[in-house]
Amino acid sequence: MMAFLRFWKDFLIGDDLTLAVGVVAGIAAVAILHAAGAPAWWALPVAVAATMALSLRRAIRRPKG
Amino acid sequence: MGLAGLLLAVAFAAAVEAVEALTIVLAIGVTRGWRATWPGVIAGLAVLGVVTAALGPALARIPLAPLRVIVGGVLLIFGLQWLRKAILRSGGYKALHDEDATFASEVSAASSAQRAGRFGVPDWYAFTIVFKAVVLEGLEVAFIVITFGASSGHVGYAVVGAAIGVLAVVAAGFAVRAPLSRVPENAIKFGVGAMLTTFGMFWAGEGAGAEWPGGELAILWLLALTAAGAALAAAGLRRIRVAEVTR
Repeated sequence: MMAFLRFWKDFLIGDDLTLAVGVVAGIAAVAILHAAGAPAWWALPVAVAATMALSLRRAIRRPKG
Repeated sequence: MGLAGLLLAVAFAAAVEAVEALTIVLAIGVTRGWRATWPGVIAGLAVLGVVTAALGPALARIPLAPLRVIVGGVLLIFGLQWLRKAILRSGGYKALHDEDATFASEVSAASSAQRAGRFGVPDWYAFTIVFKAVVLEGLEVAFIVITFGASSGHVGYAVVGAAIGVLAVVAAGFAVRAPLSRVPENAIKFGVGAMLTTFGMFWAGEGAGAEWPGGELAILWLLALTAAGAALAAAGLRRIRVAEVTR
């Protein structure tokens, strides 16, 4: 059971919570822009790129395994 | 591109997970014999079948837009995790996955473990280790099959893709009777991570209301951008690593 729960934690959060937070923020930004009638497609790629850059920066400052 | 990309992404993702499960199955099989190993594999596959059969129809009842937001979002997080690991490994900040080392460590643990039967299974240790490996590695494949199938409306393609990936690895593994250490796992993870990220971004964005320039063709330019960005990041990390080491 613990292994199953650990699987879902690894699956959804992994090594860095930043990725999940960035993705949720990016999707929210798309929804808000769409609701406001503005072009929204660019928000998710920008959020993904920024989140990955931040996550990598944190990883190389605290190298693990 | 949509269906071919879907087939490729699922096949390669399934192959990578199958390599990891196969290493453990082979280590236990050759060390402790196959009498309890095969039941462990079959029980694991049965659990995966039940999970897939239960989750698939449940997802099919959710309307497409919210389904794509949820499934695309989770796929995107999952793809980014694979990509992040592949970039860090490529940049020298994370050790490469070593199937030979995993195999040796499993063989060593399996050789020293006590042999005891339980619930009619002749070797409980072998059964549980193999069962866990098949279920935990297989759950990721099952999730990818279900999400890709539900979001694209082509469950059949996703199942065929996964079957191709798993069967290719299992056939290769049993042909050489050794862990598939020569499979360029990090390169495959890099490619699959880029594909999962691309499909996740496309579906999650579409579900949240984005209208992608070029419609479905956006998958192509999103994939090109993702792969180029990841390659640039890996090259940048390699340069930083070299500078750190030579300093």
